[in-house]
Amino acid sequence: MAETIAFYTLSVLILGLAVLVVTAKNTVHSVVSLVMTFLCVAALYVVLEAEFLAVIQILVYAGGIVVLYLFVVMLVNVGRPPEEHRDPRRLSVLGLGLAGAMLLEVAGIVAYSYSRSTSSVTAPAGPSPVQGNTEELGWLLYTDYLIPFELASVLLLVAMVGAIVLARRDL
Amino acid sequence: MIDTVFWPLVKIVVLLNAVMVSVTFMTLLERKVIAWAQSRLGPMRVGPYGVLQAIADPIKLILKEDITPAKADKVMFTLAPIMSLVPAFVVFAVIPFGADPFYYVADINVGLLFIVSVTSIGVYGIILAGWASNSKYPLLASLRASAQLISYEIAVTMTLVSLILTAGTLSMVGIVEAQQEAGVWFGFIQPVAFVLVLIGGLAETNRAPFDMPEAEQELTGGFHTEYSGMRFALFFLAEYANMIVISAVIVVLFWGGWLRPFPSVDALAVLDYIPQWCWFFFKMFMVLYLFIWIRATLPRYRYDQLMRIGWKVLIPIAIANVVITAVVKVLL
Amino acid sequence: MMEITPAHYTVLSAALFSIGVIGVLVRRNIIIIFMAIELMLNAVNINLVAHSQQVENLVGQAFVVFVIAVAAAEAAVGLGIILAFYRNKETVNIDEMNVMRW
Repeated sequence: MAETIAFYTLSVLILGLAVLVVTAKNTVHSVVSLVMTFLCVAALYVVLEAEFLAVIQILVYAGGIVVLYLFVVMLVNVGRPPEEHRDPRRLSVLGLGLAGAMLLEVAGIVAYSYSRSTSSVTAPAGPSPVQGNTEELGWLLYTDYLIPFELASVLLLVAMVGAIVLARRDL
Repeated sequence: MIDTVFWPLVKIVVLLNAVMVSVTFMTLLERKVIAWAQSRLGPMRVGPYGVLQAIADPIKLILKEDITPAKADKVMFTLAPIMSLVPAFVVFAVIPFGADPFYYVADINVGLLFIVSVTSIGVYGIILAGWASNSKYPLLASLRASAQLISYEIAVTMTLVSLILTAGTLSMVGIVEAQQEAGVWFGFIQPVAFVLVLIGGLAETNRAPFDMPEAEQELTGGFHTEYSGMRFALFFLAEYANMIVISAVIVVLFWGGWLRPFPSVDALAVLDYIPQWCWFFFKMFMVLYLFIWIRATLPRYRYDQLMRIGWKVLIPIAIANVVITAVVKVLL
Repeated sequence: MMEITPAHYTVLSAALFSIGVIGVLVRRNIIIIFMAIELMLNAVNINLVAHSQQVENLVGQAFVVFVIAVAAAEAAVGLGIILAFYRNKETVNIDEMNVMRW
């Protein structure tokens, strides 16, 4: 019961705020809506008993990435709103249509896969030697997924170097 | 129902009011201590030795006119103080003031990460306040603030990793219990981490000597220049609540939380007669006093010095500390 | 209706993903487009977490960690490109980003 209430409340909040993100006239409003969306998603993770991910979501997304966006929005202090420029070759209506087609496609896939999901997926996971969401996730990341984990760290390093190079004045 | 809803709510209400009252008296303490450091008397008019100044100030702020600048972004201007206040208060939910569950609202198994992540949201209040004011000094201050807070957050979080390695748990209660088992406060095992968290905490709460975002002399008051009345009071409340949070976190992580000194020495068992929460509040008070002392003593850093310390000194030391802690942990 | 199944989460995720697609296809401000991409990544994450909880296997959550890491890298480099572009062309309109060199 509690999960039902939480799910519907959070869903309405997430979708409403996401609509605000893509429709807001002012970029800063959109960034703030994005933060709220991420916080609601984090709450949804708590409902799904993924506490570690909820915290990481807030720490990395809300506390890091979106602050970066806000920072850039303020640095890029455009005199004229970017949406004023109209390219005659650009068809926003077509974009809306394509997005609608995408929604239909995803809905079709969901409906199809759930109509024939007789053989429920069984969990292949072996018993984890540790208890608790954080510990189990850590165990998984440092054993089975060690190489992807290291690759992710290299990716972040490359991104860091790239961002610094791009942000240099003399580019 | 009573156990899961009623008692937590009562605790939350009591805790929030306690925080607000202690913030008002923090301001008085700060003015008094700085006055003494400068051979002045400080507030003396309201009540004996000025103690009622702590009540007079909030009343003045509430009664003042609440001005919204004409060209300000109304929604964000209203939202910004709330966004800086809420994270500061939410964090108190996981701080254990004593061993008994009566003394904390919740003990979640990602407690320390929860604190780090929730306090990282507080930066939005500052950035949005500066932007929504539509005025150049607040905007400069908010850009400074966001850069400063993000930079020092990295150093603090890296330092906390070494603490987590030492304690072996993320739960705040678990960390104190680990210190009880170890028989020694982690402040003695991890002195470097303590200094890093203290410096980082000063920067995260925008306290002197890192009070760049509100440097009065260069930014005419900083990010809250355009704020007045109650909304200014909310920023004030948030800043001091953040100070209390940082001091509580430092006490839990480094100075044994509710534990008495030398928790493993039986000869000092007589100290157990002092209640645990008394130890906690005493240690918190000492850390808060240290913050005020530092503000009264040190001059403000220049902005480039601040960034240099953050990126070129604190972060490398924090990473080295993590590596050394991990090596020692494996070897032992 | 009352019981929350993974299908509910999938529908939520699909809706969020579609909102992100609309943002990418319709808006012209490149910063908003980036944010719409973040929304799409989050939609995927919701799906992964929901199903990982259903099959009681944490691999899905491990994937979410990687998605978040990639999103962070993407945001850093992408915003760096936006800043570099803005310094040269004074615009964040994606329709004006139609030159290969300047």
